[in-house]
Amino acid sequence: MTVRTTAFHAVLGLAASAIVACATPAQAVTEIQWWHAMTGGNNDIVNKLAADFNASQSDYKVVPTFKGSYPDTMNAGIAAFRAGTAPHILQVFEVGTATMMSATGAIKPVYQLMKDAGEPFDPKAYLPAITGYYSTAKGDMLSFPFNSSSMVMWINLDALKKANIAEIPKTWPQVFEDAKKLKAAGYTTCGFSNAWATWAHIEQFSAWHNVPIGTKANGLDGFDTVLKFNSPLHIKHLQNLIDLQKDKTYDYSGRANASESRFGSGECPIFLTSSGYYATAKGTAKFAFTSAPMPYYPDVAGAPQNSIIGGASLWVMGGKKPEEYKGVAKFFAFLSDTDRQAKLHQESGYLPITKAAYEKTKASGFYEKNPTLETPLKELTNKEPTENSRGLRFGNMVQMRDIWAEELEAALAGQKSAKDALDSAVARGNAMLRTFEKTVK
Amino acid sequence: MEKSAVFHNKLLPYLLLIPQLIITFVFFYWPASQAVWQSFLREDAFGLNTEFVGLENYQTLLAQPEYYKAIVTTAVFSTLVALASLSIALLFATQADKELKAAPVFKTMMMWPYAVAPAIAGVLWIFMFHPSLGTLARPLRVLGFDWNPMLNGHHALTLVVMAAVWKQIAYNFLFFLAGLQAIPKSVLEAAAIDGAKPLRRFWTVTFPLLSPTLFFLLVVNVVYVFFDTFGIIDAVTGGGPAGATTTMVYKVFADGRLGGDLGGSAAQSVILMVIVIALTAIQFRYVERKVQY
Repeated sequence: MTVRTTAFHAVLGLAASAIVACATPAQAVTEIQWWHAMTGGNNDIVNKLAADFNASQSDYKVVPTFKGSYPDTMNAGIAAFRAGTAPHILQVFEVGTATMMSATGAIKPVYQLMKDAGEPFDPKAYLPAITGYYSTAKGDMLSFPFNSSSMVMWINLDALKKANIAEIPKTWPQVFEDAKKLKAAGYTTCGFSNAWATWAHIEQFSAWHNVPIGTKANGLDGFDTVLKFNSPLHIKHLQNLIDLQKDKTYDYSGRANASESRFGSGECPIFLTSSGYYATAKGTAKFAFTSAPMPYYPDVAGAPQNSIIGGASLWVMGGKKPEEYKGVAKFFAFLSDTDRQAKLHQESGYLPITKAAYEKTKASGFYEKNPTLETPLKELTNKEPTENSRGLRFGNMVQMRDIWAEELEAALAGQKSAKDALDSAVARGNAMLRTFEKTVK
Repeated sequence: MEKSAVFHNKLLPYLLLIPQLIITFVFFYWPASQAVWQSFLREDAFGLNTEFVGLENYQTLLAQPEYYKAIVTTAVFSTLVALASLSIALLFATQADKELKAAPVFKTMMMWPYAVAPAIAGVLWIFMFHPSLGTLARPLRVLGFDWNPMLNGHHALTLVVMAAVWKQIAYNFLFFLAGLQAIPKSVLEAAAIDGAKPLRRFWTVTFPLLSPTLFFLLVVNVVYVFFDTFGIIDAVTGGGPAGATTTMVYKVFADGRLGGDLGGSAAQSVILMVIVIALTAIQFRYVERKVQY
């Protein structure tokens, strides 16, 4: 045997062992793809959760991939499904719920997944205010809540002091009065404002006052729902905003949350937005601030009711192998662990999804030091949810929100009356609901 | 028609054409025909239920007042953008064409905006004109001008027009400058000797000789405003407020991607395609006649 052939055999041997080395873990470890839309600090949390899960066992490997904004991620998932390359877990924002749940065959309901995989799963362990949004009318959980938040009112305490306002406003009339005082005290461009225009003034507003957004329990009980948010109460509220917009006692801040910085910069001293804004507020606001429950109209019987959630949940896509589903189920059980949920809640500001995690955090005295984090939980659990406040489920909701916002904008710009704007939002929304109903039939 | 090549082999010309035909078919005709087919279907986002509905998508679309509003917005938007970007670029090009010391620097700087992605261009303009964050919006407000593109549709439209024009000037500038440099100096000198003043020289000599460039840019700019400005609109206004900046192509996106209404979105694409084909045909039929090559 010459030196050359020996060298050749040695190379072959190395190559072969390299192939074996590569192949072995791939066979033993089942990969689970997780597409998500979390940026910044939340992205780190996602990566850490996956790394912790992967370290905790050796059979499955969760691979998180960032896919862009919420609509981008959802569309990427849908496109991948059509191409036959869907991920196992897809993070979808709350307004995509109807689209996802109507896609029978494209998704695997979570309750089914847990049953098939034989993982311990008690639906009663979860906070109903959160899981209700992602469950069927019968209470079967369809998707796994991941990051949930609710809408709260952020208050600039220094500004209130400056305007000699002794108490944090509780009702809408108080907010209007205080905003006028704040405006007189130097907050000339914005007395109060809000992000997520339709979430604040249509969705949360309706649930908080126990009035329907639409029939059939806001669409939870069927796709043949009809919108109802052009009631006298809604018109009255929008009219108040229109009047206050004229001199910027109220100032509109857009459809999404890009203008949240108006609170952090000190421009708007009263600002309604997601409780998930906490981490950013803590980092940017150079003044004392707190969060308070959303305001309500005291003349509405039963108000305030309870708030509804926002955020996103994890959907399991259909057509995967049983052992992969087993891994997904194990991962969800891992996420539901009380200690992990409590820690996740305290670090990220997301709501805990299990009752045990909430109780544990409460018992630890965490909320005494961080009362802002309990505000959304108090809102969500304020009263037993009614059919107007369990949640909402409308098809085409992503675009529907834009259409509602268009009408709000037209009204606030003085192009339409409050009644015309809401009537038109309801009519255009209903037309979209009928189209959606036909496509999922 | 001085030269005409004659192919004696009947097969050869087709063989030579095949690569180009395949590319045209795969990348243009096939997707376009898919869009036409899709516009007759009603389908959910996942493609689980598909139903042939004939012209129903078109009927629904043409019954929406918002669609006509989008057509008007598109007409206003494209006229403003094409006119402004062409005339400003022409002005800049004529200035850069002069014997200036800093002309190369000026020319280089003018090209830069073209390298900026539409969405980034949009974000840059937001930073300048956001009502509460914008570096230029604040002085406006201090001066007592109630600048509010969040609620005022005219302000929002002005903002996207400015961003779209700014982005397109560089491209037009480049072609105008090349066109100007191709004009023989002797013609201009002859006109000067005849006593024509600079402005008159421009309109009677330079401008007609630039007309092929202008015509080319007109076609390109119309296609630009119809399709490529989408990124800017998405980043700056998201089609709002109250639909004031929803152009036809933005509505295609909003209905198809955000709304999951693929059939309706496809129907709009088909109508948009027909309009752009018609516009281009009109340009070639009537405007081109006035062009002096």
